[in-house]
Amino acid sequence: MTTERLTYREALRAGLRDALADDERVFLMGEDIGAYGGCFAVTLGLWEEFGPERVRDSPLSESAFVGAGIGAALGGMRPVVEIMTVNFSLLALDQILNNAATLLHMSGGQFNVPLVIRMTTGAGRQLAAQHSHSLEAWYAHLPGLRIIAPSTVTDARTMLASALDDPDPVLIFEHGALFGLTDDVPVEPEPADLDHAAVRRAGDDVTVVSHGATLHTALAAAEQLAADGVSTEVIDLRTLRPLDRPTILASVARTGRLVVAEDGWRTGGIGAEIAAMAVDEAFWDLDAPVQRLGSAEVPIPYAAHLEQAALVGVDDIVDAVKRVAT
Amino acid sequence: MADDAMELLRLALRRVAPEVDLDDVDHDADLLDELDLDSMDFLTLVGELHQRSGVEIPEADYAQMGSVSAVVGYLQSRQG
Amino acid sequence: MGEFRMPSLGADMDEGTLVEWRVSVGDHVDRGDIVASVETDKSVIDVEVFETGTIQELLVEPGTRVAVGTALARIGDAAAEDEPSEPDVPAHTEPPEPAAPPEPVTSTPPAGSTPDAAPGEPIAPPVTPPTEAPAPAHPHVVVGEGPVRRHASLMRSPLVRHLAEQLHVDPDRLRGTGPGGRITRHDVEHAAATTRRASPRARRRGIELGIDVDDLTGTGVDGAVCERDVVAAASAAEPAAPAPAPSQAADGMRAAIARTMERSNREIPHYHLSATVDLNPLTEWLAEINAERPPAERILPAAAIMRACALAAAKVTDLNGEWRDGAAVTSKQVHLGVLVSLRSGGLIVPVIRDAHERSVEEMMTALTDVVERSRRGSLRSSELSGATITLSNLGDRGVDEVLGVIPPPQLAIVGVGKIAARPMVVDGAVVARDSAVFTLGADHRASDGRTGSRFLRQIESLLANPTRL
Repeated sequence: MTTERLTYREALRAGLRDALADDERVFLMGEDIGAYGGCFAVTLGLWEEFGPERVRDSPLSESAFVGAGIGAALGGMRPVVEIMTVNFSLLALDQILNNAATLLHMSGGQFNVPLVIRMTTGAGRQLAAQHSHSLEAWYAHLPGLRIIAPSTVTDARTMLASALDDPDPVLIFEHGALFGLTDDVPVEPEPADLDHAAVRRAGDDVTVVSHGATLHTALAAAEQLAADGVSTEVIDLRTLRPLDRPTILASVARTGRLVVAEDGWRTGGIGAEIAAMAVDEAFWDLDAPVQRLGSAEVPIPYAAHLEQAALVGVDDIVDAVKRVAT
Repeated sequence: MADDAMELLRLALRRVAPEVDLDDVDHDADLLDELDLDSMDFLTLVGELHQRSGVEIPEADYAQMGSVSAVVGYLQSRQG
Repeated sequence: MGEFRMPSLGADMDEGTLVEWRVSVGDHVDRGDIVASVETDKSVIDVEVFETGTIQELLVEPGTRVAVGTALARIGDAAAEDEPSEPDVPAHTEPPEPAAPPEPVTSTPPAGSTPDAAPGEPIAPPVTPPTEAPAPAHPHVVVGEGPVRRHASLMRSPLVRHLAEQLHVDPDRLRGTGPGGRITRHDVEHAAATTRRASPRARRRGIELGIDVDDLTGTGVDGAVCERDVVAAASAAEPAAPAPAPSQAADGMRAAIARTMERSNREIPHYHLSATVDLNPLTEWLAEINAERPPAERILPAAAIMRACALAAAKVTDLNGEWRDGAAVTSKQVHLGVLVSLRSGGLIVPVIRDAHERSVEEMMTALTDVVERSRRGSLRSSELSGATITLSNLGDRGVDEVLGVIPPPQLAIVGVGKIAARPMVVDGAVVARDSAVFTLGADHRASDGRTGSRFLRQIESLLANPTRL
């Protein structure tokens, strides 16, 4: 199988290009994605290749262009709407929740909304309090939406196509710290499975569940823990809604110890849902209290050292694991 | 992993033959002879293995469990 | 008023050692309750009491070896009666019959009299008042109405109740050290201080491995007991059976078996018969039903064979019973003795009562239970006597033919050899069929060969139709 070395950014672009080339119903819409090439350079070159009807620059109004995307999807198109970052999605929350997520129900099953929304998420790049949110756990609260988070270059390459196959709205969260991540991916990749989490590292002593950029922090922590004799299993959620319960529970049943690490705030985060699930469905297998790690309960600071202190780091994960596994 | 399967067998064996140390017996000899098990013991052992690991062990497979090594191999192939 | 004496738990038992009292002074006991653990040459047996009453005094210290028949405890009745073996001691009063129809009868008539009924009204049934509250035999026993009797160990002072709630201690799980087993403040405080925390997984594993997590020191989070502590304790633990040191037990048991064998050969004129029985229908039937069952529900051939033996013994009763005072005393009730070999060497023969009434499934359950408890040393005294016929099933992996020795005073012993594929002639052709050699050893004073072969033929025809067993 031939592979090519791509960055996460390039992988996203390749996925978008394939989508545009394979299905004429697909079009892209978002702020500065066309002539400018996207503010994170993801869509660079696509406007030139496919033209302004397929790669559409939108006005600075999230509610308007997400609404337009919903309308286009209702009309039979397959729009991929880019909201520059999840921070700005707040302006389109009503469209996303009350229209995109709910029209299928309200129409008695008549109107699917096959809309894909891509959003950059996460902190760690000194973008300060208003531009550093990780709200995927929040969105995972809402029925009617599928929430996915590619953490690897391969997933970045392949998840879009599978998202477009979904007749219902899919929100893709791309962590901003991952765009430079590099890896070898198949030139003709398999379609991504959007229903299952992935065990990125097998282990016996503890289960660490994570997603997005924090997955890589967890893997680094696992490497460090191995040197200390602790065997860590690291699970990449990949999908936050619906959660792959069987994979998570099977791992916890084996190891008896669970640590969930995320970029978002700890209170009411995805870790809270997973911890509750473990206590409900794997209670008799738990050998230690469930640990949750998330950002400190503060608006994300601008100053680099403060921002790093507020986010989950390798040491935080190592400490949490040692607390329960040694 | 082989270690898991051996450990599983070790723990299950405590129920029927608590004084046996798996390290001291011939792993390739006839299971029932080597561990001094009768049919009731064997059935209880199968029950323990099933309960601890979830592996289905139909009666038809008993023939594949003729020695300690055979049991470990059998469990391994069905646990993954 | 009666005495609980050291029972004879085997034909040749002379002495036993009281290992442990399972009751305390002041406890109420019903006939059949386990009151003590006694060690014999063969095993540690849980002994049941044959009277109902209250333990008044424990006469022997644990660890003492006494002769069979020695008084071990004194049991009193709550009522001042003279029949200690009477199960329906008056203290067990039934609640008074409900005062029957509403109006017009509103008062309890004296026992025996019938009120005048208004025409057309039903006559109120005579309401039997409870018998007089018997004088308490022991100051700590409180007699109440009906079968429920308040006992000192159930009394909880308000202080104890309050403290228990505060300290999250369940008083029902405590053994009281106060008078009559009363739970004291100290008991509650002690329990609170010594209860360990353990993870759910550790507790589950503790149950699986037979380890009490409350006895362990934890190495988990906040000092809680976690799985590895339990596993470590299990590997360090001795095998569960509270049996005496293997060599001692084996010596004692060998001696007991030797005595039994000598007596059998000395007293019982044996004759032996054997028959090779086609067990293919049985093994085919079992393979079929077991294929759909998890291990815990599978049936062994032994269970079906036991059923067949029991049914055959219930029919050919000359082989089912005891030789007593120069004559055979037979019965249609079959209490089947089953030979169980012990891992440390030796045999024990627990009895499965009313075997003729148990289905194959029930027989399998009974067999599994009794084998496990035999090996663990927790058989009850009532399970070691009263066999009317015995079955020896060494055939499992051993020999083709078992020529048994009848355990006196029984009249017969059935042996079954190894079930294996053997060549047999079916419809004029030689084919491989599963079969086993069944043998009968019988007391020639009580039966002869004709009866014996009838018995074996019964078993054969029963096993030919296993679905009808």
